[in-house]
Amino acid sequence: MIEVKNITKYFGTFPAITDLSFSVEQGEILGFLGPNGAGKSTTMKILTGFLPPSSGSVEIAGYDIVEQSLDARKHIGYLPETVPLYTDMDVSEYLSFMGRIRGMSSESISTRSEEVIELCGLNEYRASIINKLSKGFRQRVGIAQAILHEPDVLVLDEPTIGIDPIQVVETRQLIKDLGHAHTLILSSHILPEVSMICDRVIIIHEGQIVAIDDPANLGTTLSGVERVELEVKGPNVEIIKELERTDGVQEIERITVAGGAYHRYHITVTLGLDLRAELAKVVVNNNWELIKLQTLGMSLEEIFLRLTLDED
Amino acid sequence: MNNLIAITWKETKAYFVLPAAYVVGAMFLVLTGVFFVFDITLPFAEAGIRGLVEWASFFLIFLAPLLTMRLLAEEQKLGTLELLLTSPVREWEVVLGKYIASLLALLAIIAFTSYYTIVIYVFGNPDTGPVLSSYIGLILYGAAALAVGMLGSSLSSNQIVAAVLGTAVLLFFSFINRVAAIVEGTPAEILNGLSMNTRLTDFVRGIIDTSHIVYFLSIVAIFLFLAIRSLETRRWR
Repeated sequence: MIEVKNITKYFGTFPAITDLSFSVEQGEILGFLGPNGAGKSTTMKILTGFLPPSSGSVEIAGYDIVEQSLDARKHIGYLPETVPLYTDMDVSEYLSFMGRIRGMSSESISTRSEEVIELCGLNEYRASIINKLSKGFRQRVGIAQAILHEPDVLVLDEPTIGIDPIQVVETRQLIKDLGHAHTLILSSHILPEVSMICDRVIIIHEGQIVAIDDPANLGTTLSGVERVELEVKGPNVEIIKELERTDGVQEIERITVAGGAYHRYHITVTLGLDLRAELAKVVVNNNWELIKLQTLGMSLEEIFLRLTLDED
Repeated sequence: MNNLIAITWKETKAYFVLPAAYVVGAMFLVLTGVFFVFDITLPFAEAGIRGLVEWASFFLIFLAPLLTMRLLAEEQKLGTLELLLTSPVREWEVVLGKYIASLLALLAIIAFTSYYTIVIYVFGNPDTGPVLSSYIGLILYGAAALAVGMLGSSLSSNQIVAAVLGTAVLLFFSFINRVAAIVEGTPAEILNGLSMNTRLTDFVRGIIDTSHIVYFLSIVAIFLFLAIRSLETRRWR
């Protein structure tokens, strides 16, 4: 549905994104994750045809976004990060204008308006001037206009930014529901959000893709670092000394345990090495009591920090 | 075509809903009204609308950009331009649709000045030909002024800047004939040819010259074209 090939975008001499390539299948929800300034919004703007890429190509539903821009744009629903709305219009008036410039007929505008108003929970606000709506409801109006014309591709740039926690939960559920009917690209810098909603995640940093995987896998294979939790009964100082001597161990963190009958450690090991057997041996050879030994998936936050903070 | 109508309709409605057009219209009518009264209360005043149209064109230099300043500048400021231009809409449809709306608003405002004309017909015996040609001239002048205003609005996301840019360009095109008066020969002809005021003078005298009509329509076409281009390049910057 979406084919992105080697796009690069320069602002002046500054490369906002460098050589991005990925594709999104029909019906897939793709998360675009990165810190502020990573190039997420720039990528969204290129995907929707607002900015042309400096090089590379984007295909939406088989149409090139630059060469066959109008055809491609017909298939896109877009919610920019700033949620731009005509603030002096009321909700249904706004939706009908957005419908008309997307070439919808009057009948389909009125039936679809009702549907999206219902879907986005805007029932009581259809005659409200947008200016008077809260941020959360404006966000919903923004989503409503994006899905109004039933686009194949839905691009949502930071859809939950700046709204209160209860509305965030509702908005996420709304987006998740939308995912079944559309191919959806969502950008965010909030990790749980992406792992909750998306089938696949692209992590982007300084304009480059640093990882593509599904949220569960990101926790292990692509993280570059694996961790093991170890619980041992024995003398703490010696345990740490012995563990540090083991090949592949990068860092040992002692976790305080209530009661103190045993010690718990989180051990960071080099990627790809399964050190569990080695660690067990160390414990057993020293006649300590092994209570627990398991790998720990990293939380997305940790992966994110590892991947995007330049390694020192 | 559908898009064009949708955009024209939206902006026309906005002119009726928002106070800006009413304020501009009221200013225009107050100013032209005051000077109309000065003109016709002079001793031996002529029964015509020559003075009215000349003053009206002068005020349009300042008021036409006030009508158009919001049209593209606000879209840029609110970011709605991003949504508009990622919809299947062409840049020219956006610019032309908005321009037509501003033209309708201006025509409505100019229509109110017919009150002065009626007053003259009631109390005098004016020559109908020059009255009609004056109005044609004024409308053409206004159409050109709005196109210049559109370019100003496309260049900035700040409405004040947009209006000032439009007024500056209009001042140039209106009063360049004052410079023509102090030079001679071909340069003078060129400067006179460029001047909107020189062209309007003929209309006021009752002359409808095709070249003048072509001139005003060219100004409209050129400035709308530049506005479209400026909107297109906004994406590339």
